[in-house]
Amino acid sequence: MPNLNINGRNMSVEASNDTPLLWVIREQLQMTGTKFGCGAGLCGACTVHLNGEAVRSCQTLVSEAAGKKITTIEGLSAKGDHPLQKAWILEQVPQCGYCQSGQIMQAASLLSKNSNPTKDEVVAHMDGNLCRCMTYSRIQKAIMRAASEMRTASNAGTERRAT
Amino acid sequence: MNTHVKIPSTDLSRRSFLVGSAATGLVLGYAAVPGIDQALAAPSAFEPSVWYSIGPDGLVTVTCGKADMGQHIASTMAQIVSEELGSSWKDMRVQLASNDPKFNDPVLGAQITGGSWSTMMNFDAMSRAGAAGRIALTEAAAGIMGVPVGELVVRNSTVSHPKSKKSMSFADIVKSGKITKKFTPDELKAIKLKTPDQYTMVGVSVPQLDIPPKINGTAKYGIDVMLPGMVYGKVITPPVRFGATVKSVDDAAAKKVPGFIKAITLDDKTGSTSGWVVAVANTYANAKKAADALKITYDNGPNAKLSSQSLIDEAKRLQALDDSGQFFVKDGDTAAAFGTAAKVMEAEYTTSINIHAPLEPMNATAEFKGDILHIYSGNQFATRSGAIAAGAAGIDPKFVVMHQMWLGGGFGRRLDADMMVPAVQAAKAVGKPVKVIYSRENDMTMDYSRPLTFQKVKAGLDGDGKLVALNHDVVSAWPTQRWGIPDFLTPSVDKKGPLDSFTVNGADFFYTVPNHNVRAIKNEMAHNATPSGQLRSVAPGWTFWAVESMIDELAHAAGQDPAQYRIAMLDGKGKNDGGAQRLRNTLLAAMGMAGYGTTKLPKGEGMGVACVSSQERATASWTACVAHVAVSPSGEVKVKKLTVATDVGMQVHPDNIRAQVEGAALWGLSLAMYEKATLKDGGIEQTNFDTYTPLRMSQTPEVAVNVIANGDKPTGVGEPAVTVIAPALGNAIFNACGARIRALPITAEAVKASMKA
Repeated sequence: MPNLNINGRNMSVEASNDTPLLWVIREQLQMTGTKFGCGAGLCGACTVHLNGEAVRSCQTLVSEAAGKKITTIEGLSAKGDHPLQKAWILEQVPQCGYCQSGQIMQAASLLSKNSNPTKDEVVAHMDGNLCRCMTYSRIQKAIMRAASEMRTASNAGTERRAT
Repeated sequence: MNTHVKIPSTDLSRRSFLVGSAATGLVLGYAAVPGIDQALAAPSAFEPSVWYSIGPDGLVTVTCGKADMGQHIASTMAQIVSEELGSSWKDMRVQLASNDPKFNDPVLGAQITGGSWSTMMNFDAMSRAGAAGRIALTEAAAGIMGVPVGELVVRNSTVSHPKSKKSMSFADIVKSGKITKKFTPDELKAIKLKTPDQYTMVGVSVPQLDIPPKINGTAKYGIDVMLPGMVYGKVITPPVRFGATVKSVDDAAAKKVPGFIKAITLDDKTGSTSGWVVAVANTYANAKKAADALKITYDNGPNAKLSSQSLIDEAKRLQALDDSGQFFVKDGDTAAAFGTAAKVMEAEYTTSINIHAPLEPMNATAEFKGDILHIYSGNQFATRSGAIAAGAAGIDPKFVVMHQMWLGGGFGRRLDADMMVPAVQAAKAVGKPVKVIYSRENDMTMDYSRPLTFQKVKAGLDGDGKLVALNHDVVSAWPTQRWGIPDFLTPSVDKKGPLDSFTVNGADFFYTVPNHNVRAIKNEMAHNATPSGQLRSVAPGWTFWAVESMIDELAHAAGQDPAQYRIAMLDGKGKNDGGAQRLRNTLLAAMGMAGYGTTKLPKGEGMGVACVSSQERATASWTACVAHVAVSPSGEVKVKKLTVATDVGMQVHPDNIRAQVEGAALWGLSLAMYEKATLKDGGIEQTNFDTYTPLRMSQTPEVAVNVIANGDKPTGVGEPAVTVIAPALGNAIFNACGARIRALPITAEAVKASMKA
């Protein structure tokens, strides 16, 4: 019985070690924000963070996730107010919305390392995430908006420390 | 197929939607406004119509009878209600309807979502429902306040009396229990609705109500349904798309998989599936393991040797026969006109099989509770899908309750009901609720795909290069005939029986051509081997590929600018009056936005135009595109920009229209350049996103959208822009490098091969 640390909580799950993390999260833990899209790591709908890195949970065995910090869309922020989530609302990004948990998690792993990405860096980082509604331009705009907000917040923090 | 499945008569009795003459496509009648018999029952909540209720907390909950697959239609319905009701947007909520016939579309008389019809067909009913609520609330408030009703003002969920400065919130009025006003159908019809200059909500880009739950993982799609005691099903589908039967199932190895419950061979009398088995287990992961462990042998049936080439060959054979098919349009005498034409040109256009591939794979959850079968699934056609579920269960459709969920993409795929069959039969076999989830491989290889199409166009020009005769033959599977619902078919003009107008819509364009034939020819082989469905924009997705490419070829043959050539034919004569002028104006708008003809482009670059009256002639949004491409010597096409102008009559939500038009245009691009499915040995060869490859972010060009809205009735926006892109691209490629492409998708090899030496 693997022990998982998901969104800051330790949980014991009943699953054989070769079960994809995706299905454990969705069925056993009933956190359905992480989506099944292709089962082959080709669409990005199932993206979660493993120790802060974006991974495809359909290609991650539960045994590989044990002992690491797993973050899902439900745990990205306390109140759904991560700068990306706020930007996603301001830019009215989702249409059907099915891919958007994965898009946001993929984008979050970029901004945690690089809060000032170029357009090319955004495209390169996001190209593995399909959006069948083709909301790509709004996704890009929302990422740029969130990055800008994170830089502003960070600068404000720096200034406060300086005084 | 499916002809034995009857839509429940209770639904048909409300159907006012009939297919009219071939020339006009759908005739859209207006039915009685539903919900008039819904009186306010208890004082705790006020339900002026089936479409919404107002709680004692003042919250207005709108029930949306349309499938919401990302077009934000639930939010749009709430917006239309809110306009006339006078409620504050922050008080609006939405929920999704069950398949109860009382939630049927007021115009279509059934629960079906497609055709970009929803806003145009529900605008009046939702407006009247909203207005009825406002009148009832106002009369009650007048009584309570003791003031004349004519002196009251309704705004922001509050009824106020400016003279006395008294006011009551909607919540206070509902709590009072004093609302007594009821409406007869005639009274509802007689309500004077606002005029567009009085709108304060329609035309405003309010925040979409369904977006917040879609950014934190809480929105519930069909795949997210969890029922107590539920188990999981994984389908195993045969090597051929259709026509296989299961010969034997050996579950010895599957039985060793922990949690495995049972393998069920479907007995599908609805004709939705053939040769399917479903493996049921305690988890989906175990169901998949068990499915992989089953040893199944098949008789692959009559289609096992067919390929895409077989379907094309058959289409060409049928097209060459004089007595094939039925006429959708027959104007003038084309044969005589060809005889006197100065120039006759012919061309053949093809489109490949295309797969919907919404990102949420097909799924359904079935639960038998007493006599009632409950289905949880995101579906676009609850009326028919409920009947299919009943057929799979062997019960009367009236015992099926469809619980609508958010759709993780629809695009027409969820008009179909195949996913009901394994869920229902597995639930029946194991005596537990079962959630069946298709793998991506199941989803792709068993798609009710956009059919492979073959079109032949013959055109006659007079001495001035004017188009005087056009024969247009369209050969394809007939997706809508497959449903077995006569009301969806159209009488042929040559009285040879009904035809599937959802294979030829668009060919009845708004150009003035005195002699014009359109023939709809059913490719029975393709129909049986690749049962097809409605894919976003349906027939106009291929008919305009042929029409708008051919018009361009004719313009070049006549030595005229292709845009000006179109404008000359959009003269608005006769039956084209009105529509032709609107289409001309969108073309001019797109040309202006794109700077068409204003600058000399570098070598290897070109602009191309196309204009379309999608969806149907009777339900058109007028849409034009200027595509700007750069073509390399090796034939690689880079799309630099797509400029789209569309006349939608009236904008309910401008930002949503832009989102839909942009998404539709990118779908058009994806189908034109990146998506191709092929049939081999009776099976679809592409199984996942490595080989079937919709547009990704790195392939997305700039899309400029210009929306024209002059106060006419609102039209549809989800589909029309899909159809205009492929011909605009093909025409741009010709202008860039002289290569004329007549097959979709466009490939670098085809472009290079067609380049002038």
